[in-house]
Amino acid sequence: MNLELTTVPLQAYLALAATLFCTGVWGLINSRNAVRVLMSIELMLNAVNINLMAFSSYVDGQLIRGQVFTIFVITVAAAEAAVGLAILLSLYRNRETVDMERFNLLRW
Amino acid sequence: MTIASSTQFICFVALSAAVAIGALGVVLLPNIVYSAFLLGGVFLSVAGLYLLLNASFVAAAQVLVYVGAVNVLILFAIMLVNKKENLAAIPGLALRRLLSGAVCAGLFALLLRVAFSTPWATPGPEPLGEEATIRIGEHLFSDYLLPFELASVLLLMAMIGAIVLARRDVFAADIVTGEPADQGLIEKSRTPLLLEKSNR
Repeated sequence: MNLELTTVPLQAYLALAATLFCTGVWGLINSRNAVRVLMSIELMLNAVNINLMAFSSYVDGQLIRGQVFTIFVITVAAAEAAVGLAILLSLYRNRETVDMERFNLLRW
Repeated sequence: MTIASSTQFICFVALSAAVAIGALGVVLLPNIVYSAFLLGGVFLSVAGLYLLLNASFVAAAQVLVYVGAVNVLILFAIMLVNKKENLAAIPGLALRRLLSGAVCAGLFALLLRVAFSTPWATPGPEPLGEEATIRIGEHLFSDYLLPFELASVLLLMAMIGAIVLARRDVFAADIVTGEPADQGLIEKSRTPLLLEKSNR
């Protein structure tokens, strides 16, 4: 490998975002604690944001539309977190647990 | 940004290692308080990546909104619901984890293949650098004006919805008279109100 380090390629950001997204998906499926499920969703949203920002910087350097989209995603994520945690509090008050396996009132 | 490319590379490696390890910690650590603090670390590292990508405004927004608001909200939720409970064992949990891990690894391989086999149109036009904040403002008030206004409506709806959902929904009745009591009054002055009624 050449001793002089080259600039970071676009693919490195995409690979990092893929790692973060897959970690988030695994956590979303396997978490028993409902708060951890919300945290996994935040991880996935951040992975998408990294993708948008990388494309905005590498492909769309003049009209940075990816950055505008990232700001909208951050806004929606904040709203989602607030409503999600409120739902969680109300669930906890009704069922006295945060175990995802016991939120099965509507399951077949 | 005017950083030498080798410095940029080293910063990228350090930040992406922090993001990947932090995300694994968020998902895998048994103590959820540690997970929440690691999530803050992941958000901060992602903000550092945004700085590397010439986006100082979005990095600041990331720190303010994610670290300052979402992470604190999650910590408050943990404090409110953090009861020690022994989770009941579920049959086939290890199998389920293995299967979902395989599915996630397949998704990861697919994403990597797409990322490395697509001929991206790089290098694109020269990045704006510090002009980016001005350009974002122009976008928000010209061609993205409708989504911008809708976002404000969305935030208002989310705020009202969160308050309605998280409100303690007791239809409290007065102990003595049996009439429905006003919730605000009860929360403001619980003891004097009840004492006054019971003394009568």
